[in-house]
Amino acid sequence: MTSLGISQWTCARGQGGTSKELALQFDGEPEFGDHKLLILPALFDEANKMRRQTMLLMRELSAAGLASALPDLPGMNESLAPLSDQSLSQWRDDAATTADQLGATHVLAIRGGALIAPATLHGWHYAPASGARLLRNMLRSRILAAKEAGRAETTAQLGEMGRNDGIELAGWRFGAEMFGELQHAEPAISDQHTVIEQADLGGAGLWLRAEAGEDIAQAKALAALITNALMPQ
Amino acid sequence: MIKKAGTETGSEMMPDAEQQTASEIAATKIDADLKQILCDVLGLDVDEVADFDEDTGLFGHLPELDSMAVAGLLTEMEDRLDIIIEDEDVDGEMLETYGGLLGFAQTKVAER
Repeated sequence: MTSLGISQWTCARGQGGTSKELALQFDGEPEFGDHKLLILPALFDEANKMRRQTMLLMRELSAAGLASALPDLPGMNESLAPLSDQSLSQWRDDAATTADQLGATHVLAIRGGALIAPATLHGWHYAPASGARLLRNMLRSRILAAKEAGRAETTAQLGEMGRNDGIELAGWRFGAEMFGELQHAEPAISDQHTVIEQADLGGAGLWLRAEAGEDIAQAKALAALITNALMPQ
Repeated sequence: MIKKAGTETGSEMMPDAEQQTASEIAATKIDADLKQILCDVLGLDVDEVADFDEDTGLFGHLPELDSMAVAGLLTEMEDRLDIIIEDEDVDGEMLETYGGLLGFAQTKVAER
């Protein structure tokens, strides 16, 4: 009943540059008309933790009849573009472009996805996270790993390195521009957006897990909040 | 004079007793919060973590707790306990056992 496909979208960038990227898409049912949910995934280390859960969510949405699309923006997931060349401001433009190309009518931003959500698209933020919160975790992980290896690094040192030259954190290579933007980026919650907190779903956020997990009850709860809001009267 | 001293001692004991109760309540709350955070990070049930005591081994004992996971644990402690953990606060001792981590959390909360 639910069908999924992988499609390609073309991310147009300034000066005529383009980047071919993949998007995972689930079909919906006619009762939801043209409604289609653009999913902006959790970012960086949280992307890995949330990937399975995001898929579960899309399956649940599709089963309820709502179509959704999860695009890779350049530098994310399967993208061939290096993350170190990306910036948050560029991703914000890309998110608007992909919404257009994939025919999205609504957006769901998950965790750090909130930092790049198009303000004009109706939708939801699930447990939005600031850039500083995401960085704090990854910086700490690098400091701990260095300590284990007998090297002393500090947040202040790494922050300066990140802002000046870019930095690798938890296996993610950030350019200086992205790093600097992340330090101050707050969730882009416009008056078109509703915030869904973890407490609304019950259980604990899966991005916290040491090992990626999944939770079908949470996926169903989140899908229900969204489909109920969009359900034709 | 003697009577007065006695009265003073008595009146001093009352707030002490009350304070201890309040700090005991606070300690229980920190213990419960910390266990919940460990549940959330390790993906365990509350029952499994309820048995954690002073000597339960954490970092180096629980294979899930690598440096990324410890980072997540500390960052979540900051958010939920409303504390700030400095780079130099983090050492092997505080991460080795549950008792070490709880003691650290209690000290940080008290400094708030």
